Amino acid sequence: MVRIESISKKFLEHGQVIQALQDVSFHVQRGQIYGLIGHSGAGKSTALRAINLLERPDSGQVLFNGENILTKSPEELRHLRQKIGMIFQHFNLLANRTVSENIALPLEIAGWKKEDIYKRVIECLELVHLTDKAQAYPAKLSGGQKQRVAIARSIANHPQVLLADEPTSALDPLTKGEILNCLAELNQKLGLTIVIASHEMKVIRKLCHRVTLFRGGRTEETLDVVNGQIHPQSAYGKIFVEDL
Amino acid sequence: MIESFISFWPELWKALQETLIMLAVGLSASTVFGGAIGVFLYLWSEERLLKSPKLRFIVGGLVNVVRSFPFVILMIAAGPLARLIAGTTIGPVAASVPLSIAGIAYFSRLVELSLMDVSKGTVEAAQSMGASLRKIVFSVLLVEARPSLILGFTSLCISYLSYSAAAGVIGGGGLGDLAVRYGYYRFQTEIMVATVVGLILFVQLIQSTGNYFSRKMDKR
Ligand SMILES: Nc1ncnc2c1ncn2[C@@H]1O[C@H](COP(=O)(O)OP(=O)(O)OP(=O)(O)O)[C@@H](O)[C@H]1O
Ligand SMILES: [Mg+2]
Repeated sequence: MVRIESISKKFLEHGQVIQALQDVSFHVQRGQIYGLIGHSGAGKSTALRAINLLERPDSGQVLFNGENILTKSPEELRHLRQKIGMIFQHFNLLANRTVSENIALPLEIAGWKKEDIYKRVIECLELVHLTDKAQAYPAKLSGGQKQRVAIARSIANHPQVLLADEPTSALDPLTKGEILNCLAELNQKLGLTIVIASHEMKVIRKLCHRVTLFRGGRTEETLDVVNGQIHPQSAYGKIFVEDL
Repeated sequence: MIESFISFWPELWKALQETLIMLAVGLSASTVFGGAIGVFLYLWSEERLLKSPKLRFIVGGLVNVVRSFPFVILMIAAGPLARLIAGTTIGPVAASVPLSIAGIAYFSRLVELSLMDVSKGTVEAAQSMGASLRKIVFSVLLVEARPSLILGFTSLCISYLSYSAAAGVIGGGGLGDLAVRYGYYRFQTEIMVATVVGLILFVQLIQSTGNYFSRKMDKR
């Protein structure tokens, strides 16, 4: 479904070149929960953001259902993005829109009709168990509730993939579990494909089917998660797992 | 005292109307054009959606030039333009031309500043949803910046009031002009004091109203 083919990405910061990604490849299958893991600065977020081209790679290919999306026009890219949901560490909800209005935003963008938006917003609120907060503003919600609103917003337009950048890293342990359950439920109920960037072992254990370990902008190894465990072969991978 | 006020009322009423005309014309122009320029200054800046250092340099520079003119000089310099647009160089409508120019420059910076405070994350979220630039501006940026935009507009209104007083110099009329004519030239101190007190109350009213709506709109 998502195939990343040897992408590289440089950043220029204060005249210094930072090689954020170097010859990175991975392949996410339909229905899978795929983890991009590694230490801070390893390139997880940059790789994740390459999937919807929030970060455009300097070279390589990003294939979505077999199509290279790097050659798409801005207009085509907008339409593609409407089918790729995304959630963030700091939720990124609109503070001056209610919960319902936040969830309605992607539907407005995709050009839905008013009545359809209304119905779909209620459905999404039910999916994340937040119907009672429909008219609340984000400031009045807990971190876990905000992330659930963000999840509802991200799936509103029936995305084919959900991208999650450290979705539980700003939350306390109990709330982390709540969000992980929520994502697992969506994966099972809707068959939603999820790509998740995280440095948390709990995310890998409770959620991921398969992970790619990043190290200094390169991929170290790719592993299946078996019974909530990964068994790295590389020396670095072994240290990484022990540290967590 | 009361009698002098009654005889004075028609003139006060006329001055008030002139001030309101200047405010209405100038504020509309500043909001529309200043707002648009402010949005573009933001969008053109480094790492923003329409990154364009060149346009930002040119338009930003122009805004700075206008803003560094002492208002009285701007008024005189704008005379020919006022004649072109309003057909005359005296009266409240003509005075609205330099007022608008100053207000557009001032408000554009206020708008730019307000937008810079909008979290990058919410803009990014909208981009990830495939929002068009137009949608991002109208449904994200302007909505998220609303409380601070209202405060900026309030501040614009108050500056306008004092600018419009100065506009009396080229025969714009209005409350400030009235205070100067009576107080300064005719030594009718009570009328000058009354006008000034009126202006102070007017400013207070504008500020409180602005604060009220800004707070009401702020859901953070
Ligand atoms: N917009 C940017 N400008 C400059 N450098 C950047 C930018 N984004 C990322 N980088 C750099 O690229 C490298 C990889 O960053 P990235 O955010 O992908 O790491 P990460 O694995 O997600 O780390 P973290 O766990 O801290 O989120 C880092 O060295 C980072 O400083
Ligand atoms: Mg990251």
